[in-house]
Amino acid sequence: MTTIEMPRSPRATRSNRRTTRGNTEMAGWLFMRISGIVLVVLVLGHLIVNLLVDDGISGINFAFVAGKWADIRWQIWDLLMLWLAMIHGANGVRTIINDYAERDSTRVVLKTLLATAFTVTVVLGTLVIFTFDPCPAGAPAELLPSVCSA
Amino acid sequence: MWSWVAHRVTGMLIFIFLLVHVLDTSLVRVSPEAYNAVIGAYKNPIMGLAEAGLVAAIVFHAFNGIRVVLVDFWSKGPRHQRVMLWIVVAVTVILMAGFLPRHLGNVFGGA
Repeated sequence: MTTIEMPRSPRATRSNRRTTRGNTEMAGWLFMRISGIVLVVLVLGHLIVNLLVDDGISGINFAFVAGKWADIRWQIWDLLMLWLAMIHGANGVRTIINDYAERDSTRVVLKTLLATAFTVTVVLGTLVIFTFDPCPAGAPAELLPSVCSA
Repeated sequence: MWSWVAHRVTGMLIFIFLLVHVLDTSLVRVSPEAYNAVIGAYKNPIMGLAEAGLVAAIVFHAFNGIRVVLVDFWSKGPRHQRVMLWIVVAVTVILMAGFLPRHLGNVFGGA
């Protein structure tokens, strides 16, 4: 009678698992779906307000942006959109790099570029939203939003 | 398979634009004149057409993303994935049919 060998690898448990990578990737997978749903609302809302209603692209200038950011609710909207879109997009590009860049050195270079672009863009965008002055001193009045003359 | 390719291509495109878009918007911090100069570049006809393509990419990515969520979390999602792809394509076409006349009217003037 033949005997069947015991499976060589014991079942993975929390204590003998060699890596936690499965868990972080799972969290990333879930984040893509949750942030994606929120971004559908934030980004389509952004497109409707900026490109569809009133004069659309023709109406966008400093006064338009300043008029929006004079309202804290648009600041929160844009800040949330910036962070979620950057994390969602950077994680997506990371997946693409993992899939197509086969050499380790290529991956390191591309991921370093990605991390740099991510950090610079998020820090710059966040600073701009928080330090923005809708009525800068010395600017021509006709370029400023109506809240400045009130 | 092709929806997966399209999701990657549109996602990559949107991410590249996002980096540029944060940079151009940052000019509001420099001066009203600097921001108005760079936003003026977005109003020429070639950029106007590129924006239409970008909006189409965003709309497809948004609704195909919802389809991916439904396939993953809805028990009947995998069975209906093909018909849901056609719904995504139809929604994209319908929304673009509403958006394009307005946007192109704004870009090319007149309307």
